[in-house]
Amino acid sequence: MVALNLLVFVCLLYVAFLFAIAFGADRAARRGRGAWLRSPIVYTLSLSIYCTAWTFYGAVGFAARSGLEYLTIYIGPTLVMIGWWWTLRKMVRVGRSQRITSIADLISSRYGKSNVLAVFVTLVAVIGLTPYIALQLQSVTLSFATFADADPSTDGYPGQQYTAFAVAAGLAVFTILFGTRNLDANERHHGVVMAIALEAVVKLFALLAVGVFVVWGLSGGIEQTLARIDASPISRWEVSGSRWVGLTLLSAAAFICLPRMFQVMVVENENEDHLRLAAWAFPTYVMLMSLFVVPIAVVGLEMLPAGSNPDQFVLTLPLADGQQGLAILSFLGGFSSATSMVIVAAIALSTMVSNHIVMPIWLRFTGGSAMISGDVRHVALLARRLAIAFILFPGYAYFRLSGGGEALAAIGLISFVGAAQFLPALMGGLVWRGATRAGALAGLSIGFVLWLYCLFLPSFGPGAVLPQELLEQGPLGIGWLRPQALFGTEAMDPVIHAVLWSLLLNAGAFVVVSLFTLPEPLERLQGAQFVDVFQHSATPGSWSGGLAQSEDLLIMAQRIMGGTEAQALFAEEARHQGLAGYLPEPTPDFLQTLERGLAGSVGAATAHAMISQIVGRATVSVEDLMAVADEAAQIMEYSSRLEAKTEEQARTARQLREANEKLTQISLQKDAFLSQISHELRTPMTSIRAFSDILRENDGLDEAARSKYASIILDEAIRLTRLLDDLLDVSVLENGQVVLSAQSGTLADVLDRSIVAADGSGRLDIRRDREAEQVVLHTDFDRLAQVFINLIANAAKYCDAETPRLSIRSQAEDGRVVIDFIDNGSGIPTDQHAVIFEKFSRIGQTRVDGAGLGRRSAARSWPGWAVRSPICQDRTAPPFAWCCRWARTPRPGPRNEGAGKGVGNHAPLVCGPAGPGFILSRRKVCPISTSAPSSTARPGRDAPISTPARCRPRVPCGWRSRDRATASSGWRSPCARSSSDASPTPNSRTRSMPTT
Amino acid sequence: MGKSVLLIEDERNIIEAIGFILSRDGWEVTTHSNGRDAVEAVRTRRPDLVILDVMLPDRSGFDILKDIRADAELAATPVLMLTARGQEKDREMARRAGASRYMTKPFSNAEMLAAVHDLVGS
Repeated sequence: MVALNLLVFVCLLYVAFLFAIAFGADRAARRGRGAWLRSPIVYTLSLSIYCTAWTFYGAVGFAARSGLEYLTIYIGPTLVMIGWWWTLRKMVRVGRSQRITSIADLISSRYGKSNVLAVFVTLVAVIGLTPYIALQLQSVTLSFATFADADPSTDGYPGQQYTAFAVAAGLAVFTILFGTRNLDANERHHGVVMAIALEAVVKLFALLAVGVFVVWGLSGGIEQTLARIDASPISRWEVSGSRWVGLTLLSAAAFICLPRMFQVMVVENENEDHLRLAAWAFPTYVMLMSLFVVPIAVVGLEMLPAGSNPDQFVLTLPLADGQQGLAILSFLGGFSSATSMVIVAAIALSTMVSNHIVMPIWLRFTGGSAMISGDVRHVALLARRLAIAFILFPGYAYFRLSGGGEALAAIGLISFVGAAQFLPALMGGLVWRGATRAGALAGLSIGFVLWLYCLFLPSFGPGAVLPQELLEQGPLGIGWLRPQALFGTEAMDPVIHAVLWSLLLNAGAFVVVSLFTLPEPLERLQGAQFVDVFQHSATPGSWSGGLAQSEDLLIMAQRIMGGTEAQALFAEEARHQGLAGYLPEPTPDFLQTLERGLAGSVGAATAHAMISQIVGRATVSVEDLMAVADEAAQIMEYSSRLEAKTEEQARTARQLREANEKLTQISLQKDAFLSQISHELRTPMTSIRAFSDILRENDGLDEAARSKYASIILDEAIRLTRLLDDLLDVSVLENGQVVLSAQSGTLADVLDRSIVAADGSGRLDIRRDREAEQVVLHTDFDRLAQVFINLIANAAKYCDAETPRLSIRSQAEDGRVVIDFIDNGSGIPTDQHAVIFEKFSRIGQTRVDGAGLGRRSAARSWPGWAVRSPICQDRTAPPFAWCCRWARTPRPGPRNEGAGKGVGNHAPLVCGPAGPGFILSRRKVCPISTSAPSSTARPGRDAPISTPARCRPRVPCGWRSRDRATASSGWRSPCARSSSDASPTPNSRTRSMPTT
Repeated sequence: MGKSVLLIEDERNIIEAIGFILSRDGWEVTTHSNGRDAVEAVRTRRPDLVILDVMLPDRSGFDILKDIRADAELAATPVLMLTARGQEKDREMARRAGASRYMTKPFSNAEMLAAVHDLVGS
């Protein structure tokens, strides 16, 4: 007898061997070698996971119990494979073109990437597969038990549940090691597939060996075996037609819908053409597997003692005959069947769980976006590993709960019915564009609930989950709702009953709800992509496309990255691969590198779509298109930012235009100024030249005339000098080089000096308030005098009144002295206020005398002063605001907007301080030259313009405090104010002055 | 010669200088020193020659010249324009307004005499 320990040892050895195979295959695949890994043979063998322990052990049991009915389980898949052109081909094409990772992914993608649907399918799959996994555990456990029974020295056999637990844990470890080694973009697992293919060979070989042994070893040949079969009760089993049809359909549906079958058939598929081989090879495999089932069952029933578990005949027959080696081989066959199924199922389910349940939740809670980063991959792997463990656990729990007493076939069928619920949504989605998400959800829900109610829950046995009464009388005594006799269909087989009602109502709800709901846009797109997949996708070429693809890739890359860079990248890769020339093989690694490179230029989604187009692995999916649309949206956002920038540029342009206009104006002013200067210089020059000519000729001139002409020459020369002084003065002030030298004195003194200098002829009737002028000022008297001179001279020159009058008023105000110069002229038009203090500006259009420097000097004599046009009511203005005064003389014509409050039509006179940048703070004292004011006013030249000016310098605080600290006398306020009321023409006012 | 000249100029010293030179040369010199009623003065005096300054109080010399040329009775009167602005565009404006001659200040006495003789001449 085989020692149990030996069995365990062989078992471990076998697992280690599988491990090595899987590891080697993975490594070969990673290195790009191993085309054999992707051969159609391997693909076909991997499909054989359909034949699980249920087949290996259960088929014999099935046959022993139900005769040839077991064949239905294999006829269904055979029909599906033979008819691959109509169904499987489409599934595989869709799976590849949409980069589908699981059946849940397929269904959710088809119905507009619905995550709800994906979660639902995942849950149904996990629950539906639970019995199936339990079945595998049960079969392995049973086989151990069988050996233990046959082994006399089995004291130490720990019992079923421990075996089951150990097997479950072992399978979990194996699956985790190979199923989640990495996160392949295409979810392919070369190592696992290879191990499965090997196991397929082992289990076929084992079953055939047992069969051969039974037929030739035990029965003594084919004829005798056939005779035994004839004699056996198996041949007399009457199989009802409905059960035949029902089970065949069920197994066909399950073959398509089982997550593990979907995994190997669609996800792990390397090439659509592999289906051609599988179409006949897989049915052959299944046929071979079922070939000896009946003989084994018949011989087992005949030779083994009554009551033996027929599910174990493949083990017990060799054991009974003492064929230990064969028994162990048979055991390994069964073990292979069980493990391969569990591994693939766990991988498939864990992918679904992690992709559709864990990752969305994780991303939501971490606030992550859908961008795949290294971190996310890590989480996904961890999620899969945990999922594998948690998927195997319910299987184990089910095994414990159901007591392990069920026949294997019965358990398998429960699982099949559960998986078959995906069929309407899956197939409907592939052929009918009108199918909607709501329809799929409705159908799946109804099917799932009915499956639970009619088959899954009752399978635990009466009273286990569903109470006995409910099973017999229906919920609340409603007879037609009895779980196993819905709508009064009492006489039916429970499985067929469940299949009938669940699929019927499932499909019905799917169709009806789909008809009454409208697909969303994404569903529409996806529906078209799925249903018309053959129009949308090119035939996926194999990876051996080679250099032709590389050339296409290079052409594309050159367009995007630029010629030199792309060629360098390709040549580098070619060198790396050890190839001569500049075109590398399009290995996955290289494609990834290239995709990353392109993504830098065109965005990840676009790059992926482009490479996919060329490599032909997949067509552009809606997801890709959406991603491209997102990128386009980003580009549009960028361009709208550009637009904003354009607006900014427009603004800048506007400012430039304004600046330009100002420059043009200034240029005009400059021309006018030059013209004016020319006039100013040439006029005295004309007199000088003419009279000096006359004097030179000395042609009978009397002494008086000679003296007169000489004095004219002198006057004109002085006039020229003064003009030059004015010019120089302005330029000095403009450059900000003026430094004031502070002196002390009264305002009256300064005004006296100024009036003498500016209006020597006495043309103006000047009125003053000497009392108010006794305020003591501390300032640069020369500069201040120049300001006053300019203002007074201006009034003298331009006041257009009959009897020109100038009032000079001064008034101490808020620590300042405000001095107003007010004449009785017609005033300055409002629109000219802005340029009153501009250098060279002259107001009025006809003729003007003087270069326009006077007012400029007035404004500029006090560095830091500036003049602005804004108008405000003088006294109500805050201390630092600009102030205005109103000319006394009404002026006809349009009024300025500042007029109001009874001020009427007085033209405002504006002037103001520019802020605290007072020059005195520099402390650098150096006298500045002020022009000697002309002693002769020239009334004849008075322009009909008035030039009001009113300056209101504000003395900076710094100065005030400094003065307080250093000056002794009664300095209280830094500003003095003076004003005057005045003369015919300009209403000139100046306010200013730091003072006591 | 007894030819009459009307000098329209506002600068006193220049009036004095030109008046002296022309009188000495035998011209009958009358003066007028504002722009407002200059045309009126020409109309009443009917001089053989008008010497017209461009920059006058109240009215530009160019405007006055235009009025003279527009007046049928006065149109033939030769007009010598004086300006203190030496720019080309002023010269051009004067030519277009119909100035018979254009002189830029300052000028020599001889130039002035030559010009007036030229204009009234023979």
